[in-house]
Amino acid sequence: MSALRRLCALTLAAFALASIGPAGVARAQAKTIKIGFLYPVTGVFAAPGRYMQDGLELYLKEHNGMLGGFKVDIDVADSQGNPQVGLTQLRKLVEQDHVDVIFGPLSAAVGAAIAPYIAEHKIAALFPIVSADDLTQRTPNDYIVRTGWSTSQPTHVLGDYAYKELKYRKVATIAYDFNFGWESIGGFVDTFQRDGGKVVKQIWTPIVTPDYSPFLSVVPRDVDAVVCSFSGAAAVNFIKQYRAFGLKMPLLCQGNATDESTLDDTGPDAVGIITALQYSASLKTPVNEAFVAAYAKAFGHVPSYYADGTYVGAEYLDRALTVTKGNTADALGFIKALRAAKADAPRGPLKLDDRGSPVQNIYIRRVEAQNGHLVNSVIRTYPNVSQFWTYDVKDYLSHPVYSRAYPVCNACS
Amino acid sequence: MSARRRWIVTIVAGAALALLLPHLGVPTFFVSLLTQTWIIAIAAMSLDLLIGFVGLVNFSQAALFGVGAYAVAIGATRFHITGFAGGLVCGMIAAVVTAALFGLVALRAEGPGFIIITIALNQIVWGLAYQWVSVSGGDNGITGITRPPLGPFDLSSNTAYYYVCLAAFALTLAILMTVVRSPYGLVLKGVRDTPRRMRALGYNVWLYRYSALLLSSVFAGTAGVLFAWYNQFVGPVDLSLDQSTQFLIVTILGGIGTIYGQLFGALVVIFLSNELSSITQRWMLVLGVIYFAIVLYAPGGLVVLVPRLWDRLRGKRVAVVPAEHP
Repeated sequence: MSALRRLCALTLAAFALASIGPAGVARAQAKTIKIGFLYPVTGVFAAPGRYMQDGLELYLKEHNGMLGGFKVDIDVADSQGNPQVGLTQLRKLVEQDHVDVIFGPLSAAVGAAIAPYIAEHKIAALFPIVSADDLTQRTPNDYIVRTGWSTSQPTHVLGDYAYKELKYRKVATIAYDFNFGWESIGGFVDTFQRDGGKVVKQIWTPIVTPDYSPFLSVVPRDVDAVVCSFSGAAAVNFIKQYRAFGLKMPLLCQGNATDESTLDDTGPDAVGIITALQYSASLKTPVNEAFVAAYAKAFGHVPSYYADGTYVGAEYLDRALTVTKGNTADALGFIKALRAAKADAPRGPLKLDDRGSPVQNIYIRRVEAQNGHLVNSVIRTYPNVSQFWTYDVKDYLSHPVYSRAYPVCNACS
Repeated sequence: MSARRRWIVTIVAGAALALLLPHLGVPTFFVSLLTQTWIIAIAAMSLDLLIGFVGLVNFSQAALFGVGAYAVAIGATRFHITGFAGGLVCGMIAAVVTAALFGLVALRAEGPGFIIITIALNQIVWGLAYQWVSVSGGDNGITGITRPPLGPFDLSSNTAYYYVCLAAFALTLAILMTVVRSPYGLVLKGVRDTPRRMRALGYNVWLYRYSALLLSSVFAGTAGVLFAWYNQFVGPVDLSLDQSTQFLIVTILGGIGTIYGQLFGALVVIFLSNELSSITQRWMLVLGVIYFAIVLYAPGGLVVLVPRLWDRLRGKRVAVVPAEHP
């Protein structure tokens, strides 16, 4: 008679057990710091997500699985690069697993979705990768520290470098048609135009564009350079098709375009591209050389900025946990310790500004072939670059965040 | 025991369990997953009305759902429409208006044509949400949506909001079950099975389809509003084709043409995807196999499979009731 009812009850009970189980087990352990590691294990960002995992794993391995003198328990949650899923998984980490700190995610969209929840539940979060400008600019969050970068931070430098060092005067831009593309190109256009350069055309391509020819055919040929911002498979496709199209203008790109994770896939077509980023695996510093050697030994390939990102993030947690003696319950106190921490990271010296965003070296890099491998060879270092470049902070924040509409292109027809 | 009594007992027990659950000491995350289940079930039931009773496989259900969510988000953050009723009405109107426009275009076609057009319409709305940043916030979506109080009740706690969504689910279930059993619902079935004969009998087939689409959008929009308040965030993913596909999967797993079956579909999809992903990295493969097995061995959906398995477990041999729409 009550077949359905009993089965309902059974099913629910099974789910309830499955839900309660892990938390109950965790409580039985000794004092450990539980880190909720939210990153894309599956989905379109799974490839860079893997680098995030490896960077964190390497740091923990080198420190006997301890941060700040405490044993850590990494609780992995798969965000799938999807804001909805990221939010649900974050709820699980906080409400069911009772983690002490949130570490992650990768995608800016996931970061934006989970930020209010983090503030509401007063839990400290460290964003090692998410770069959305406004996360530490117009809409800062007291409970979030980022140790990665802000999207326009490297391209501010690239715009200035293009005008002053490369003596370019006229460029066209082509990039992803969403926040990441707008913010990275916006940074370039802002500094380049203020220096006196002209931007004659801006082309925006849909996030999934299998064939770039309709866009490449409208790129003006009489420019000094073409500025691009793509990542992952889109970057590989774009660069190959740009060369196949026979375009001779130099390419200047946001650093993700020649990320170590995709550089070998792009192949010789990438040679000569000049990019800007806060990291390069070929950086010649003792810290980085040791990091790259250890990473290559452990995982069989060189690290990318995603790996450096979580490695540095873990170092920050390490320092802050030492200062607070493992206390994360006072989230704001922990955030304060994070913001005060400094690191001599693989990417170079690093400190955080009073909005919780890094002040760090930005490297101008050129893709070169060395010993049969393509590398991002560092050709110029800009030390201590802030997320606001050299601009007045108040003035900078009074402008809207970079978008298709701002800054206005000064020489578009 | 008569089938009728069996039904009543099941419903009463299920309702009692749903009402008591938050007080049985389950973790709040469990409560919030159930809340999500009620919301997704509402959306899936609205889709089942179209697929199961009108024969319209609508791939733009997420657009209707998402437009409702965006409407309440934009209303709350830009126009200070922060009340419960105001937000709900806002979302419903937005969804109905969208469906009214969609219907004018999509209902010019039938079968595969209808599917293709609704996919395209869904992509248009997604594209708007993704790129019309001044309105939608683009990829980053809209945050800062607070749950309004419902009369004297503060809904900021998980438990309070759970009951709101449960009530909305029950109400939707009651309304849609009544609709599909009404004379209007019978005409819809006629339109589904033999549109030409219905035309010959003097029924305005187009109008029945159109009205069903509008009715469905009311509930899709409601689910969208509840979802926006639940997450306190909306983003393009809420009205993506992936979301439409999720509704479709829930509907198919639950049992097409049953309405109430969607609860089981939603339970399985929400809990499996969230619990499996913390157990294995290959959870998508496991999920795929489970979906595949259900569709293959229980084409009528979980509503058919569950009692059948139960009876078999108890050694009973019962005649397998064929699904209404295999």
